[in-house]
Amino acid sequence: MTEKEKEFKGRVVMSGRLSGEAVVSRQGFNTLASFRKDTMAGKKIMKCSDQNNTDVFGKVLTGRILCLPKTIGSTTGGMILQTVASMGSAPAAMLFSGAIDSLAAAGIVLADVWNGNRIVAVDNLGEEFLACVEQGQKVDVFDDGRVIVHQS
Amino acid sequence: MRKEYSMHLTDEEKAILEGKEGETMRKALESVVLYGQIFGAQKLASVEGGIHLVTSFGIPLLKPVFALVDELIDAGLKTPQPFTVDPRPMDFKNVPVNFLEKFIFKKIMYGKQEQYEKQLRKVGLRDDKSFTCTCYMEEVGNVPGKGQILAWAESSAVVYANSVLGARSNRNSGVLELLCGITGRAPVFGLLTEEGRRADWLIEVKTKSLPEAQILGSAIGMKVVEEVPFISGLTDFLGNKLNQRACDYLKDMGAAAASNGAVGLYHVEGLTPEAVEKSRGLLKQGRRSYIIDAAELKKVYDNYPLMWKHPSAKPKICFIGCPHLSLRQIYEWLERFETELKAAEKKKLAVTTIMTAAPAVADAFVKDGKAYSGLTGIGARLTSICPLMYMNNPLCGRKAVITNSNKLRTYTTARYFTDAEITKIAVGGEIHD
Repeated sequence: MTEKEKEFKGRVVMSGRLSGEAVVSRQGFNTLASFRKDTMAGKKIMKCSDQNNTDVFGKVLTGRILCLPKTIGSTTGGMILQTVASMGSAPAAMLFSGAIDSLAAAGIVLADVWNGNRIVAVDNLGEEFLACVEQGQKVDVFDDGRVIVHQS
Repeated sequence: MRKEYSMHLTDEEKAILEGKEGETMRKALESVVLYGQIFGAQKLASVEGGIHLVTSFGIPLLKPVFALVDELIDAGLKTPQPFTVDPRPMDFKNVPVNFLEKFIFKKIMYGKQEQYEKQLRKVGLRDDKSFTCTCYMEEVGNVPGKGQILAWAESSAVVYANSVLGARSNRNSGVLELLCGITGRAPVFGLLTEEGRRADWLIEVKTKSLPEAQILGSAIGMKVVEEVPFISGLTDFLGNKLNQRACDYLKDMGAAAASNGAVGLYHVEGLTPEAVEKSRGLLKQGRRSYIIDAAELKKVYDNYPLMWKHPSAKPKICFIGCPHLSLRQIYEWLERFETELKAAEKKKLAVTTIMTAAPAVADAFVKDGKAYSGLTGIGARLTSICPLMYMNNPLCGRKAVITNSNKLRTYTTARYFTDAEITKIAVGGEIHD
């Protein structure tokens, strides 16, 4: 661990080991509003279309490590996440600072059980995690719920 | 069983998870169990009321959803009790669309609508009139009793069932609620438990008159987000009986709280069932406080962003009824419009006004021929679509739409006005900022 790396520990919701680029929503992430436009357009690489979320509006979500407090909005959220995952366009991982919400949890479970699409998820990483991680930083996610943020 | 489950399961549930009732049923129950385990559920409860689905629209890109429902059909599975579902997205007879909009709705946006409705009928949809977000209206008939365990998804319906009817449902995601219905089981956590129904917030309403339901709900939702509020100060205006007027008010307030935040349950002191029974004993130790007065409501209202492409545009369409109107509310709106038209010495509304209600509620109103011809006579239209689905069409979404619904404002570009303002604008056709 170097000075430029910071480690956090959360609870594993859906296990996996991967590294990727962070996209950070410091406010609640509205799943329907964020994926609606590019899902409707059938795009493979999806950008956030939620104009109310200035943190991530216009940023690529596909394959990224989405860092967020929780998801908000329509109760279609889980189903949208399942759909986006089945299109191969979901974030690679979702890292929650607080406890995961019921809509995101449903989407992650549905994608895994019915479509074999895994979205790695860790929750309860703490407020400091979300305050620390910045857009575009490299993030490592481990099977045991550890998350390392590379603050370069 | 393929996985280790931490939840306590009955022998029957274990057998299902071992595949004794087929692979599809196994996956359905596995989804429900894994979902519950994430929230620390220790067991499953029997779903006691008919489920209510949020997914009512056949958007072609929802391929995994259609495939999942096909899998249920192929396995011969359906819900033990008939279910209701959110409103349809289209009604070309009563909602104006041009040729291009109609093409986009039918062929692109909702191209799988008919096919999806056929699927729903095969897995337990009650009937053709079951498309509404207010399934709990007497005319519709999916009315749960106090304490009944449900698995609903539509956020405005969940908050109404929990708060006004005293039933118990978590805010489930689309598809998950269907799987709870198919398996007849819901994981016990959150709003299904006594502790989860206790209040985190004391909301003190300190206004001189009844606040606009949609703004009060919005203020509460934005403050408490997904926590449980206990609201005092409303019985001065609503009385202490859950009559239709009070239920309508709570319906609209709850929908705003559920969409502007993620409220799944609220208690109203002296009025809603659990608040009547347990009063302030529902408040958790360490609960927080929020005082709402006229200044706070004005602040909330003034902060709504204007999302119209042309902010000074004249309103083209007015939507009233998100969530769907009760029968009493349709009569009330007719009376409001007639009074305002008379005062303005006009015969017809200046803005195309679309009122939405459950099919069974709309039918009941249409049966009153005099009232219905009064409504159509002033140029208003009555339909059972979902205004949100209408506004999802990119062409319709660009229109200058006004509404009295805070939910519609939140999810679309529609501009919110109070009931009194909407009445004046719909009659006069102008917005006076």
